Amino acid sequence: MATTMTTGTDTVDRAVSARIDARRGTPWWIWLGIAFAALLPLIGGRTGLISNFYFLQLSLMIVYSIAVLGLNLLTGFNGQISLGHGAFFAVGAYVTAILIDRYEMYYLATLPIAMLACFVVGYLFGRPALRLEGHYLALATFALAIAVPQFLKYRHFEPYTHGVQGINIFKPDPPFGMPLSPDQWLYLVVLACAVVMFIVARNIVHSRMGRAMMAIRDQPLAADTMGINSARTKSITFGISALYVGLAGALHAIIFEFVSPDSFRFELSIAILVGAVIGGIATLSGAVIGGFFVQFIEKYADAATKWVTQIVHLPIELEPWTIYGIVLILLMYTMPMGVAGGFASLWRKIRPPN
Amino acid sequence: MEQLLQQVASGLANGAIYALVALALVMIFVSTNHINFAQGEMAMFSAFICWQLIHWGYPFWIALPATMLFSFVIGVLIERIILRPLHTAPLLSVVVVFIGLLAIFHSLAGAIWTHTVKPFPSPFPNFSFAGSGIIGPHQIGMILVAVLILALLFCFFRFTPLGLAMRAAALNPTSARLVGINVDWMLALGWGLAATVGSVAGVLVAPVVYLEPNMMAGILLYGFAGALVGGISSPGGAVAGGFIVGVLENMVAYLGYMLERATGFYLIGNGEKLTVALLMVITVLTLKPSGLFGHVTVKRV
Amino acid sequence: MSNILEVENLKAYYGASQALHGITFSLVKGGITTLLGANGAGKTTTLRAICGMVRAEGFVAIDGEPVTGKATEAVVRLGVGHVPEGRGTFTELSVEENLRVAAYTRRDKAAVARDLEMVFTYFPRLKERMAQQAGTLSGGEQQMLAISRALMLGPRLMLLDEPSFGLAPLIVQEIFRIMRRINEEAKVSMLLVEQNAALALDLADHAYVLETGRVVMSGTSAVVKSDEQIRKSYLGY
Repeated sequence: MATTMTTGTDTVDRAVSARIDARRGTPWWIWLGIAFAALLPLIGGRTGLISNFYFLQLSLMIVYSIAVLGLNLLTGFNGQISLGHGAFFAVGAYVTAILIDRYEMYYLATLPIAMLACFVVGYLFGRPALRLEGHYLALATFALAIAVPQFLKYRHFEPYTHGVQGINIFKPDPPFGMPLSPDQWLYLVVLACAVVMFIVARNIVHSRMGRAMMAIRDQPLAADTMGINSARTKSITFGISALYVGLAGALHAIIFEFVSPDSFRFELSIAILVGAVIGGIATLSGAVIGGFFVQFIEKYADAATKWVTQIVHLPIELEPWTIYGIVLILLMYTMPMGVAGGFASLWRKIRPPN
Repeated sequence: MEQLLQQVASGLANGAIYALVALALVMIFVSTNHINFAQGEMAMFSAFICWQLIHWGYPFWIALPATMLFSFVIGVLIERIILRPLHTAPLLSVVVVFIGLLAIFHSLAGAIWTHTVKPFPSPFPNFSFAGSGIIGPHQIGMILVAVLILALLFCFFRFTPLGLAMRAAALNPTSARLVGINVDWMLALGWGLAATVGSVAGVLVAPVVYLEPNMMAGILLYGFAGALVGGISSPGGAVAGGFIVGVLENMVAYLGYMLERATGFYLIGNGEKLTVALLMVITVLTLKPSGLFGHVTVKRV
Repeated sequence: MSNILEVENLKAYYGASQALHGITFSLVKGGITTLLGANGAGKTTTLRAICGMVRAEGFVAIDGEPVTGKATEAVVRLGVGHVPEGRGTFTELSVEENLRVAAYTRRDKAAVARDLEMVFTYFPRLKERMAQQAGTLSGGEQQMLAISRALMLGPRLMLLDEPSFGLAPLIVQEIFRIMRRINEEAKVSMLLVEQNAALALDLADHAYVLETGRVVMSGTSAVVKSDEQIRKSYLGY
């Protein structure tokens, strides 16, 4: 019995890794891009080309990318849908905020604790949720997204959470008297976290664990018969996914200097899911696009709405959400596999035959 | 005791609304395997249409059928125009399209009718009767209208050839085509009917929660929960599930209130009832994944 | 026009792969033709292509009316009763509903009632099980139901996809006897796909042998049956 199991898993491993190996390794231009991004505070900040406000915007975008990446690990690579990842975002943010506010902990030290807390919550949630699939899991996670903000307002937690008022924390100054503004420094912190988390995600996806995740997504029954422990794999994936989103939440709390139950409403969960699908499900690069989408779409939708209202002279004043909805639907028509997937298939069509 | 009965009665009244929403969700689910997350916003939009008609001076019992007809047409059009091209698209793309629809309906309602809360007149006469202390006339009206709609739908699906054809198209599209049924149109009709049922839910609940673009958000969630508790593939189960969730929700808040009065300890109040009700629903589902009245589909590998 | 079915140079595709490579055959009004061949020869695909269930090119005409490119339901409404592979039972509907839904497109109530009576004379067992959920029927009964469903369309042509599949020999014999009666009494032409060549050749008057999406030989059943060579290489008995 034991031998059959090992052979079985190995077959899956080999089959999947054959496909993945071709794409292994990070192209040089990505490293160049990261280096450029890391030098932005020097280039833009010193010369005054990029204001602190823009650094805050960029940081938020990167934070959402980390969250989208976390959801992508679960939904894209493991096939479990979640409408409630805003809940883990909230848990991460509150753990960090409470630790800084009440226990005066050093802000960077709170990050691993927030991540660990979210992993545990995610794992424990994923354990019973294993029995739920598809729409049932969607409901359970939906409920989670609704429950967590209510939980944060719960009367007996108020000493820690300050109820509806939320918690104010302060932006840390850069260490060692570095010549950076707090926003620039935090941008670098967020960027470093993102780089590490993307590398870890890539390694997870290419590892035995990642292959098991995808096998469960594609062929759940076959995966079982090949000796993959799907219960364990699925709940660990849930935990890892929550850990990513929790880190994003913790970073969000620090750069935003404020947490409150109403910052983590259901819309946040939806935004993360939309980001993952629009960016490109089951792709790592899609998470970056998704993060960009989450952060900037509302602003652009707003601008586009004003523009449309101006030129068309509508009898009613349109709201940005109308444009947002239309953009979502049109994107799903033109790129059902997300922007990353759309570009990948475009590239397959136009690249010279080898 | 009277208080408890009051809670059960108002739970049943809310449950009637959840049942209608659950039924609308199930009607689309059985034929397409999609949960229409925009169902609530569509119902909200319909309620605004009805309000507008009344505002223009039409009597309620003319405005309601007109609203239902309008909703039916909108439902059919959405299926034919927006969802038809996505028949082979991945599930998540469809989910995102539903979210897009939700955003559009929500914002259009806000743009046309603003976000200020509007009172919606109850269509039912206000009279007092033996049980007035326990249940109000609007609540009775909600339950009666919901039950009437359910009975009509039941008869339609059970006894008319078109209803039978719609069921056949949902159960086995390939075989349905082989007996000459135009399955595509049956899907569109299903969407139309679901939108109609949803519009009734929206109009009935508007006098209770007041009319505004956000009014259906929580109700959709309860309807979803009701549909799953009852068994997402069983229309009868969805209706029962809606009523169960309605009563459960009120019981949770009531028990929390009783506990606080007896011991002085605050455990659960109105703020937490949604969470607790959902938790209970999810517990039921983990123990019995096919829902209370659903049946397990055995899939060949 | 004495052919109920005319098929010329029919090609069919599943995605990018081609399953039929230009098939030509015809079926005389009132006749029974069988398509024989091994698994994957394209027999089921041919039936599906006639009904517009797969992407197809070429020419297909039902009683002189071209149907290539038409939707399945439109082809069916011309009087084509397709008894699909796997029987296609509406498992959650009752037996009665399965039969009633098949008459959905017909407006002549009296004719429908007559056909229902006819179905019950052929398959009295179904009458006993009218109220039963169709999914609980045995395999043989479900096959009878599938044939009855096709009959309730009031068909001129029936396409039968392996009616013997997975059934006990005695039941298969019974079903084939009734198919002959339907052909003779109700004047329904039949295109029969079968793995069981001996059985099919007994019922049919013409046979076409398919291999990897092409017709490799054809003739009257008697000729095909008597040809030792064909029997050994294609029909395997």
